[in-house]
Amino acid sequence: MNFIPPDFAPASSEIFMLIMVCVVMLADLAAGDSRRYVAYLLTQVTLLGCAILTFVSFSTEIKHTFHGMYVDDTMADILKLMVYGTVSAVLVYSHAYISDRGMLRGEFFSLILFATLGMMVMISASHFLTLYIGLELLSLSLYALVALRRESIVATEAAMKFFVLGALASGFLLYGMSMVYGATGTLHVSQLAQIIQSEASSKEVLVVGLVFIVAGISFKLSAAPFHMWAPDVYQGSPTAVTLFIGSAPKLAAFGFVMRLLVEGMGEMVSDWQGMLVILAVLSMAVGNIAAIAQTNIKRMLAYSTISHMGFLLLGFISADFNGYSSALFYVIAYVLMTLGTFAMIMLLCRSGFEAENIDDFKGLSRRSPWYAFITLMLMLSLAGIPPMIGFYAKFAVLQAVVNAGYVWLAVAAVLFSLIGAFYYLRIIKLMYFDEPETTEPLVLNSDVKILLSANGFAVLALGIFPQSLMGLSLYAIQNSM
Amino acid sequence: MSFEFPLLSLIIWLPIVFGIAVFTTGNDSNAQLARWLALVGSILGFLVAIPLYSNFDVTTGAMQFVENHVWFERFNVNYHLGVDGISMPLILLNCFITPLIVVAGWEVIKERVSQYMGAFLVMSGIVNGVFASLDAILFYVFWEASLIPMFLIIGIWGGPNRVYAAIKFFLYTLLGSLLMLIALIYLYQTSEGSFSIEDYHKLAIPLTPQIFIFIAFLLAFAVKVPMWPVHTWLPDAHVEAPTGGSVVLAAILLKLGGYGFLRFSLPIAPDASLYLADMMIALSLIAVVYIGLIALMQADMKKLIAYSSVAHMGFVTLGFFLLNTYGIEGAMVQMISHGFISGAMFLCVGVLYDRLHSRQIADYGGVVNKMPAFAAFFMLFAMANAGLPGTSGFVGEFMVIMSAVKVNFWYAFLAATTLIFGAAYTLWMYKRVIFGAVASPAVEGLQDISKREFALLAILAITVLWFGVYPYPLTEIMHTTVDQLLTHVNNSKL
Repeated sequence: MNFIPPDFAPASSEIFMLIMVCVVMLADLAAGDSRRYVAYLLTQVTLLGCAILTFVSFSTEIKHTFHGMYVDDTMADILKLMVYGTVSAVLVYSHAYISDRGMLRGEFFSLILFATLGMMVMISASHFLTLYIGLELLSLSLYALVALRRESIVATEAAMKFFVLGALASGFLLYGMSMVYGATGTLHVSQLAQIIQSEASSKEVLVVGLVFIVAGISFKLSAAPFHMWAPDVYQGSPTAVTLFIGSAPKLAAFGFVMRLLVEGMGEMVSDWQGMLVILAVLSMAVGNIAAIAQTNIKRMLAYSTISHMGFLLLGFISADFNGYSSALFYVIAYVLMTLGTFAMIMLLCRSGFEAENIDDFKGLSRRSPWYAFITLMLMLSLAGIPPMIGFYAKFAVLQAVVNAGYVWLAVAAVLFSLIGAFYYLRIIKLMYFDEPETTEPLVLNSDVKILLSANGFAVLALGIFPQSLMGLSLYAIQNSM
Repeated sequence: MSFEFPLLSLIIWLPIVFGIAVFTTGNDSNAQLARWLALVGSILGFLVAIPLYSNFDVTTGAMQFVENHVWFERFNVNYHLGVDGISMPLILLNCFITPLIVVAGWEVIKERVSQYMGAFLVMSGIVNGVFASLDAILFYVFWEASLIPMFLIIGIWGGPNRVYAAIKFFLYTLLGSLLMLIALIYLYQTSEGSFSIEDYHKLAIPLTPQIFIFIAFLLAFAVKVPMWPVHTWLPDAHVEAPTGGSVVLAAILLKLGGYGFLRFSLPIAPDASLYLADMMIALSLIAVVYIGLIALMQADMKKLIAYSSVAHMGFVTLGFFLLNTYGIEGAMVQMISHGFISGAMFLCVGVLYDRLHSRQIADYGGVVNKMPAFAAFFMLFAMANAGLPGTSGFVGEFMVIMSAVKVNFWYAFLAATTLIFGAAYTLWMYKRVIFGAVASPAVEGLQDISKREFALLAILAITVLWFGVYPYPLTEIMHTTVDQLLTHVNNSKL
């Protein structure tokens, strides 16, 4: 029997990542307690190496490998580059936080890298099983990361909830996939589209499968009414882990939705459109209204995430280039804003003190005017006020929605975002209008200082010059379909 | 005629750059530097606006000083600037008011001086951007961005209830503008991919969508003007804002709404404007009469002037929807003149507030005995507010009433009651504050206005009298544009 080895080139960055994860684990074992920074540096080097590999192999050609189970296209490359950048920023932001709390260990880094590998697989999968493997690799790493502080009761509880609900969602997803397989006889994304188009399959079974798949996706995206885990997990996890959960996986989730719904089941657009409309409206309603009542900042941001995921889903509803690229733009903008916001929360933490309540932002403009200003920009951006990037993200999505003929949906979306503006304004109010409880300024390492300033500045600068990112999003989508 | 130099960009960005420079002067140990830098920036901002006036061609209704560059091509959005006879006077007004605000806050603001001065300069640039934008998204970005500095100004330097007022101000205005955004996106689809406001003017739209577009714009602009019944944020914001904030709010920010009607509502949805004109006139008359009566009963001076602003802006919207030359020109004159007069009125209240830290009419009385020079200025502005002939307040109101007579006698009749109510609430307040016996030991200890305050009020007094006696320069600028606008509105788009 002839064995023809598959073409490994399109998966080179994943392979490199896998090798390096093992290296990080071993190196950390050898380095011992006194030299934990070795693992940190190696992790950053790994991400850089992956970025270089992805960048070098960048082309507009769509390359399939491993018998069509794996794909490397422009969208995958761009999403992966974003993921590396995000994970790298997460590590810079959380370095001081985790070392203060005794979490600066090899496990932290290897779990983060495994999760990143999972995201890369999700982004590049073109087979339902590959998609599922990527998703599980990501999810299992995240469960472990949440539970990393095993002495913390809230963290353990959060991990438990996350695990149980996440497993349930995976079950949904698998069940849906099996239905689709039953109806069409294939799990290949590209073949699936053809079979559905030829109408050779049972429509009823397909639709039932689709419902389960959409439910599974909604769990992973934390879209209402499948959002219950998000507030508890965001609140219970160590802030560094919350930062990670809230940022890079959303990029992967975007890729996941694109592969599953758009590329795989694009022919059933009229079926999933309606489901997404309901999910989007519910998410925006639940997220924005529930966030008002929160006093815990992480919980508030969890609800804010839910509402943003609703907005993200709006981009898919129009089901065309315009909409998908708007959604991609939205998710990138969202990740940028989330990174900065959670980084600010971590900065407010000191050793032995967790900044959990929104009152911890009180009087920040007196303590550290520059960081207060950055937070101001981030909050305005999350609220969608120009000239911050968050506005253009909302604008692009709304434009796609109106284009698709759903004017009422656009009106509902802006009304919910008006409600949302209130709780972002409340943070600004605390920072600028209230007196501080302590006057000591925030103390930061210089790398965090530079990165955070760059992050805040990017929110403004990309808002004043949005073309680059918008153009990139459109380019990514157009060259991949 | 063409003017190659990017003058409008300069008018927009110079104050913003100076504002950022003022921010960087840091904490209050550099307060003096921040003040002077802000003054220089605002005066330069006014000086660069002068060539705008001197090179303006009054014989054409077309856009002038046009700049057009691609901003982001993904949605075909351009950095497209230009002015005509409607926007030019408003830009001049804004550039004129900004230095006055800087001077007004000179000694009064002692905390976070650089942030205060910087915020006003940035806002001045942003507002110029609103008036000069010819691209809908550029307009929208400036429009919303103007909320941010004002929100901070009210919230940081405002009175005791400032948080409530700031958030109410922000959310109220955001509500209106978000629906406008949907209307703009809808127009983008209808026009097959253009965000140019001038393209929208030419766009043929059936009546039903026109009405929806008109209502979406109406919400945005009516909140800003503010029209009855969405005016309730204004008294709160005014009362809590620091003096400079009140002046900008009354003199400049309210004009954004009025400007919006002329730039968007009337030309984009002319048939809906005609169709809904009666409703608009009714709302305006309610503002004039009913809000005038409410103003009469106020015990707080700032609140009284705030309600009087609502009533005066009712005149503006009334003038717009009478849809004839006198009406629109009169409304424009009223907007400019209201900018000077309400600004001056708030400055006068600010003068008193700085001394006694009270805005309650009841806390004053007999001020003339201690502050004769101030009383004289206040008298002039109070009379102007009441619409006395010879002041700029009279010109606009007279023009609007004249044009109302042509349309319907009863409109004119109701509008003219403002001359009575306006005189009643302003002069009654004036009488209680200024005349009578010295009310309290605190009033006994009042000092008359300083040279700085004298200069401020004198400049405004001269302007009010000048435009009262000789409004021709103002009407000359806008005449061609307004005629063109009316011709356009009277051509059905159906």
